[in-house]
Amino acid sequence: MALQPDEIARLARLAHIQVTAEECGTLTERLDAVLDMVRQLQACDTAGVEPLAHPLDAVQELRPDAVADAESPETLMRNAPAAAAGLFLVPRVLD
Amino acid sequence: MHELSVAQMAQGLAAGAFSSLELTQHFLRRIEAHNGHLNAYISVCAEQALASARRADAAIAAGQQGPLTGVPLAHKDIFCTAGVRTTCGSRMLAEFVPPYDATVVARLQAAGAVVLGKTNMDEFAMGSSNETSYFSAVRNPWDTDCVPGGSSGGSAAAVAARLAPIATATDTGGSIRQPAALCGVTGLKPTYGRVSRWGMIAFASSMDQGGPIGQSAEDCALLLQAMAGHDPKDSTSIVEPVPDYCGQFGGPLDGLKIGVVEEYFADLGDAVAARVRGALAELEKLGTRLVSVRLPRSHLAVPAYYVLAPAEASANLARFDGVRYGYRCAEPVDLLDLYCRTRAEGFGAEVKRRILVGTYVLSAGFYDAYFRKAQQVRRLIKEDFAAAFAQVDILAGPSCPAGAFRFGSKTADPVAMYLQDIYTIAANLAGLPALSLPCGAVAGKPIGLQLIGNYFAEARILGAAHRLQQATDWHRAVPAAEGWR
Repeated sequence: MALQPDEIARLARLAHIQVTAEECGTLTERLDAVLDMVRQLQACDTAGVEPLAHPLDAVQELRPDAVADAESPETLMRNAPAAAAGLFLVPRVLD
Repeated sequence: MHELSVAQMAQGLAAGAFSSLELTQHFLRRIEAHNGHLNAYISVCAEQALASARRADAAIAAGQQGPLTGVPLAHKDIFCTAGVRTTCGSRMLAEFVPPYDATVVARLQAAGAVVLGKTNMDEFAMGSSNETSYFSAVRNPWDTDCVPGGSSGGSAAAVAARLAPIATATDTGGSIRQPAALCGVTGLKPTYGRVSRWGMIAFASSMDQGGPIGQSAEDCALLLQAMAGHDPKDSTSIVEPVPDYCGQFGGPLDGLKIGVVEEYFADLGDAVAARVRGALAELEKLGTRLVSVRLPRSHLAVPAYYVLAPAEASANLARFDGVRYGYRCAEPVDLLDLYCRTRAEGFGAEVKRRILVGTYVLSAGFYDAYFRKAQQVRRLIKEDFAAAFAQVDILAGPSCPAGAFRFGSKTADPVAMYLQDIYTIAANLAGLPALSLPCGAVAGKPIGLQLIGNYFAEARILGAAHRLQQATDWHRAVPAAEGWR
C-alpha cells in the first residue's frame, strides 16, 4: 500500500512543510517503510481495549488560576525573528 | 581528578584536596583538548562555569556543602538554560537563547552544581545515532568511526570520555539507555512524571522523561536525587515523595526475584547474549533469584511507538512557525510561504519524516486505524508488564541488539535505525523506570544490561545495579585505546 504523490502533497500541506519534487521520491519510499512497519499493529486483537493516553492513567491536575512569576513581554520577545512595538511581524495577511 | 566518582569529588572538595575552581578548570581543559574531535558539546560555558565554581567554593568554605556543590556536570541541549543558547540539535533553534531555566536546570543550580556546557543530541531527540544533529554527529569514544547512540549521544560520550563527570539526558524511546549502553556508561530513565519536563523541549509528551547519565549507578543516584520531585509547573509531574536513593543502597539482594525477559533474547546475537547472561549470573551470585518471564506483546512496542511518538511530535513541533522564536526563512512572500519554507529549511530530514508520519496517523480516516489502535496496544503492553511484576521484582535483558555501529550504516533505512530501540521502547510506553549499565564488550564495543523496575522503583534498580558494580568492574573499563582517559 504505497503512498501516492498527491498524498505526500496533502500531508505536507497539512503539516505546513514545503516538499520539493526532488525530495518526494525518497520521502515516499521512507514513509512507506515506516507505515508498513506500523501496520503490524493491525494483526493485534484490541476489541474492547480502552486506549491508553497517559502511562499512569493520571488525570489532569489543575492549579489555582492566579498570576505567577510571569516574564516580561520584552524578555519573551527577544527571540522573535521580527518584532516591533511589542508585536510579532509577519507578511501582510489582509490586503 | 576526572576519574573520581561524584562522592569522591564531594569528599575532595570538603577536605580541601582541591577546589571546585580547580576541578572545573580541569574539565574545561579536557573539553578544550578533546571536544574538537568528539563533538560531544554544542556549547561550552567556560565563563559561567568558573563563576559558579567560585560561588561553590565560597559555599563550601561557609560550611554549606551538599552532595553536588561544586561538582561539574553537562546538560543535554534539550533543557532550557537562561541566557545560554539551547538548540535541541536543530537549525530551527540554532540561535535560540531561552529567557528561563528548565526546572531540572534550576534544581541543579540550587544544588550548587557547575554547568560545563550543553551536550550534542539528535535533532529534537529523534534518532538513535546522533547523525540527525544539525551540529554534526558525536563520535563514540570507544571507536570514533562509530556512533555514540542517541539521542543523548553527547551526554553519554562526554561521560565516557570524562569530559564531564555526570550529565543530564532525556529518554522518549531509549535515548538515555541506548547511548549509555553504546558508550559504556550507566544511564537511568525514571518513571514517567518523576522528573519535571518544564523547560525540556517536548518531543512526545506522554513518554519524554529526563534522567541521569554517569559512570556508575551511584553517580546516577546522586544526580537523580537533585533532579527528581514534583513540579507545579509540569501538570504531568507526580506528587510522590522522593526517597533517599543512595541511602537505600545497603540493603541485601537476597531473595530479590529478577525476571529474565524471554522475548528479549529470541533474536539476540550469541556474543551479546553471553555478556548479558554473564552479568545476570553475577546478580545471581549476589543472592538474587533468576526466573524466566514473558512479555508476549514485545514485538508490538516498536510499531506502537512509531505511531504515537510521531503523532505527539507533529502536534508539539507545530509551534515552530518562524513567528515567535527560532529560524525564519528569507523573504517570505506570504504567511503560508513563511510557515512552509521556515519548517522545510529549519527542520532536518528525520524530523520532517516523523512530523509527516504523525500527520498521516492523525488525519481524518486514519485516526482509528493507527492512533487509537496504537493507544490500545499501549495498554496491552502495560498489562504485560503488570502481569510480569506480579511475579518478579525487576525485569532484565539487553539494552540494545548490539554494540556501537559505524556512521552511515543505518541512515538509508529508517526502520533498521528504529529497531535499535527494540528493547527500550516498551518501558516508555508503560512509563516504567529502566536503566542500562555496562556488562562487558563485544569486539571492543561496550554492551549494556537493562534493568526495568516497577513504577517508582528507581531505588530498587539503582540498588541492584550498584551492588553489581561493587562486585564487578565492567563500569570501570575505559576507552583507553583512544587516549581520552
